[in-house]
Amino acid sequence: MNTTFAEAMLGTLDQLLDEDQRAVIFGSVWLGFSPARLALWQQLTEKHRERVYYPPISEAGVCGAAIGAALNGLRPLVGLGTASFAFQAWAQIVNEAANAYYMSAGQSRVPAVFHLMAGGRDGAGPQHVHAPQSAFWNTPGLEIIVPATPADAAGLLRTAYESDNPTIFMNHLDLLDVAGDVPPGVHRVPFGRAEVKRSGGDVTVVASSIMVHRALAAAEQLAAEGIDVEVVDLRTLVPLDRDAILTSVAKTGRLVVADDGRLSCGVASEIAAIVAEEAFESLKAPIRRVTMPDVPAPASPLLMKQLEPTAEKIAGAVRSLVGTIPI
Amino acid sequence: MLLIRRFEEAVITLRAQGLVPGHPIVYIGQEAIAVPAMAHLRPGDTLFSTHRNHGHILARGADPGRLLAEILCRDTGYNRGLAGQMHPSMPELGILQTSAIVANPVALATGAALAAKYRGGGEISVAFFGDGCLEEGVFYESLNLAAIWKLPVVYVCENNSLEALGYASGEYPSSTLATGRLTDFPAAYGITVEVVDGADTLAVSRSVGAAVERARTVGQPSFVEARTVRWPGSRLLWPQLVTGETNLAMAWDSALIPEQHGDWLAQHDPVLGLCRELLSSQEVTLTEISALDESVKQTVDWAVRFAVESPEPVPDTAYFPVFAGRRGQ
Repeated sequence: MNTTFAEAMLGTLDQLLDEDQRAVIFGSVWLGFSPARLALWQQLTEKHRERVYYPPISEAGVCGAAIGAALNGLRPLVGLGTASFAFQAWAQIVNEAANAYYMSAGQSRVPAVFHLMAGGRDGAGPQHVHAPQSAFWNTPGLEIIVPATPADAAGLLRTAYESDNPTIFMNHLDLLDVAGDVPPGVHRVPFGRAEVKRSGGDVTVVASSIMVHRALAAAEQLAAEGIDVEVVDLRTLVPLDRDAILTSVAKTGRLVVADDGRLSCGVASEIAAIVAEEAFESLKAPIRRVTMPDVPAPASPLLMKQLEPTAEKIAGAVRSLVGTIPI
Repeated sequence: MLLIRRFEEAVITLRAQGLVPGHPIVYIGQEAIAVPAMAHLRPGDTLFSTHRNHGHILARGADPGRLLAEILCRDTGYNRGLAGQMHPSMPELGILQTSAIVANPVALATGAALAAKYRGGGEISVAFFGDGCLEEGVFYESLNLAAIWKLPVVYVCENNSLEALGYASGEYPSSTLATGRLTDFPAAYGITVEVVDGADTLAVSRSVGAAVERARTVGQPSFVEARTVRWPGSRLLWPQLVTGETNLAMAWDSALIPEQHGDWLAQHDPVLGLCRELLSSQEVTLTEISALDESVKQTVDWAVRFAVESPEPVPDTAYFPVFAGRRGQ
């Protein structure tokens, strides 16, 4: 348990830069702003000085250039920093990168990774706190990875890099200092393979990214109350491991979906729809979604706490499904 | 140039017959930009065009039949009808992606130039775009990147709005900028700029040739503004053959030039202009021009037959994989 999420990601980046001359990095804030993590980042960039581009504040231009470079044979790793900065580059990511393969009938490829940080520091407020994974999911042509642990961050980043498709790496800020074991050497986590992070028989909680940790915390609380929760970590949204979700729901008959994005047309909505369409007969209770409500993120940490999808809210949703509180 | 002209005339005719989905955006009147520019490119160089791309793609050596088939959204097109007339791509010619989103090709070309510089093989990248592109923000971001990172990219701005700078002139407002001098912007970034008559084949060749050389040897971006006077048939929302099928004899017999649109035909048509120039310098004869025209017409006739007789894509083509390496989703 001695490697942090940030270190794990950095380890993979370092390996990729060592292995493959086509790897280049754009952007300098992959690890947020803590002094310790900035020092880590500096080690990497000093080692690979010629391979790291520090761009001006030009998200559209930089993403467009990264896509052009990817079309022309490089494999760029683009750190956009705060997830909402991707909105500046929307036209490039969703309309150039995502369309390239299909639009060319499979002749052009954009093997680029776009790293985005969801969540926000205290006081960040509406413009810097976004978790737009569902917005990207609404664009065919983008792979989306949402790791929760250092090992998955390391392994999924490698798989994303080796993929010939554009990949969105959603990294919640609160994960950066989470520690865990990372297999040594080259580590790959396949896309489209969810992992049951905790096995249980009463209620399935489907989660990803930071919500996996909140779901596990909720499961601990609930275990003390005699409720046995299974936590399914999606790990990638595109491709999605439908089978893992359906298998778990077939076992428990109850589903809570937790996501740090917004409620409407969100990740949780999509999972709920899939289960309603394909496993209706397995369900013993309605599906519950625990997400950010359709409200901007307030700057006040106190007010933010009201809206955030917390472990307590997940636990509450689970209790409502097993009848310990009224539905 | 003649191939582009006859090809586009065929596209307009096919559209009138209801065979072109949507409305085509043609290159008539700008042939003297794509053709001489392309002559300076080598294999391995990349180029990025826009919604007005047929001329660039033909000048780069694409097969007219397969391009026309793509415009007609047929299965034999370069991209099986998935790209259509606004997004054809053919990586084997360095045409990696054709974006119909204004100014995005400038961003992509900048990145392709970065990749070329990174590899160090002397390859360059060229972006072709209209003057309206300067109305978009990503244009400026891209030029800044090219300037600070010294990228081997040539920006060729095809200004076809000389009569149309803003609504004020009452023309179709393809360019609405607060400046009349487009080159002020790239010049402010320290990018070498040149304005050239876009109907003058040799002038374009000299200007783009110098820019390509600058990119290849010293790795610096350039901006060439090639000014053309918009072909009257493109003034409308969709093109119409208002000047008829081009009668090359107008180049040597001015009596044949009709009164309507006569000014454009006499002074601004790059194809007729080049014919006049070559005839006056006695580099070619009337017979040679006519023979060339006949042969080009045959090529285009063949392309039309090929495209029109080509099958539509089978319905399952709609589910062409969205991702490399796997099917579905």
